[in-house]
Amino acid sequence: MLIKTKKASDVLSSEITSESTYLNRRQLLAGMAGAGLLAAGFSASASPDPHNLSARISSAAKTSFGQDEKMTPFDAITSYNNFYEFGTEKSDPAKYAHALQTDPWSVTVEGFAENTGVFPLETILKGLAFEERIYRLRCVEAWSMVIPWLGFPLKALIEKFKPTSQAKYVFFETLHAPDQMRGQKSFFSSIKWPYVEGLRMDEAVHPLTFIAVGLYGKELPKQNGAPLRLVVPWKYGFKSIKSIVKIRFTDKPLKTSWQKSGPSEYGFYSNVNPNVDHPRWSQKTERRLPNSLFSANRIDTQMFNGYEEEVAGLYKGLDLAKNF
Amino acid sequence: MASLYKSKSFWLCLFSGALLPLIYIVWAAVNNKLGAEPAKALVEFLGETALMFLIATLSISPMQKLKVFNGLVRHRRMLGLYVFFYACLHVFAYGFFLVDWQNLIEDIYKRPYVTMGFMAFVILAALALTSPKIMLRRMGRRWKPLHRLIYLAAIFVLIHVFWQVRSDYSEALIYAVFVLGLLLFRYRYFRSWGCSFLLRQKRIQKGDTNE
Repeated sequence: MLIKTKKASDVLSSEITSESTYLNRRQLLAGMAGAGLLAAGFSASASPDPHNLSARISSAAKTSFGQDEKMTPFDAITSYNNFYEFGTEKSDPAKYAHALQTDPWSVTVEGFAENTGVFPLETILKGLAFEERIYRLRCVEAWSMVIPWLGFPLKALIEKFKPTSQAKYVFFETLHAPDQMRGQKSFFSSIKWPYVEGLRMDEAVHPLTFIAVGLYGKELPKQNGAPLRLVVPWKYGFKSIKSIVKIRFTDKPLKTSWQKSGPSEYGFYSNVNPNVDHPRWSQKTERRLPNSLFSANRIDTQMFNGYEEEVAGLYKGLDLAKNF
Repeated sequence: MASLYKSKSFWLCLFSGALLPLIYIVWAAVNNKLGAEPAKALVEFLGETALMFLIATLSISPMQKLKVFNGLVRHRRMLGLYVFFYACLHVFAYGFFLVDWQNLIEDIYKRPYVTMGFMAFVILAALALTSPKIMLRRMGRRWKPLHRLIYLAAIFVLIHVFWQVRSDYSEALIYAVFVLGLLLFRYRYFRSWGCSFLLRQKRIQKGDTNE
């Protein structure tokens, strides 16, 4: 299937408002961004940063994604998080994620693929060209943000493992380490750890599906899912699994964590859809954060979070009210 | 000791102490300390404060029986009114800052957890309205059964809390332990309710068999 990626290049970059320092850097980079330059960027070995990650991140290529969106400030993105491994309060991840050990980090690859095994993060990231994409993130709880992610398409990573034709799905797992993730110690959580999420293979290799290793020009903060996380912009935020330690190619769908926890509330697809309410609240509108007491900043939720043109083809003939 | 609870300064301490949560949250809101979604933080804080005052109010008569802080009972009405005060602010903040009024009314019949919370609020309003001494005199023997509805309101509030949990029940369970513990303490009243209910059932059944 050929999927056309929407380019918003007709929108003036002057419409972006964000942290001024960040803007300056972006304007500087704008002229020199390019895949070739990028490739040269990460061959240097003299860097004090062992993975040369921050250098690769700061020289990531600019893309036209989300240029017409007003970005959510860094502070809000990094202080208001759902990362239940660290607690269910929005402020818990920022408070407690420092206990997470992200170095060294390795990812186990299993299932229907030629290249399986345990790979250190350096190997995972080797040779991948980093780029920046400004994506909308719509939480199932009816709030949303606009985040400048840095990373690479999931497709580029998947190709490294050479999945076989039997691979119809790809599933991900978050680290399970209660000594580092205090939320996993709770006795009364309906979510069973480790956290599991997954995509159909065609969703996983879709050009919009992204793995983030950074945001706002910096390495990914731990509360946002360091060292690497999934970003699927047309699905509710909980699909975008954080701090990934396992990738599994399967021929059958597995139950995801939220499906197991509340099958009537959370389905496998979890595509953003204003026409299908969550049983406990409406999904017609969303609160774009940060907001203030006197302005909820409420906007209409768009079908597939505004990425309908790019992804609707994936779900042709599927009843989205049943397959929520 | 008893004179301490009767003193004007104790009353003043309690009265102003109960306003501290409000002062704190207004300070936090004005100084942008409520995070990326201040309205939600505000509504949740006011709701939790109301629930804590509810637990405090319910714990007064068990404390009296256990002879700890038993002079506090003379201030129970004030604590009860503070439950209603914070519940009002909670509902107001929900309708004014988080959703608009029209959505609030829609939520009451569409969202079961809001329905539960609203039913608790209606009970609290009825109790607040009948709390003045003059109402107590006027209502006579009917006053006490009405005010026992506080326990029903507490159960509604618990359900209201539980139906909002997305995955982790820890916090809700802590509230449940307190509320259910306090309900258990008053089990004799409920037993007498239960007995009279069962007796009536029996009488009805007997009536049936006689026919």
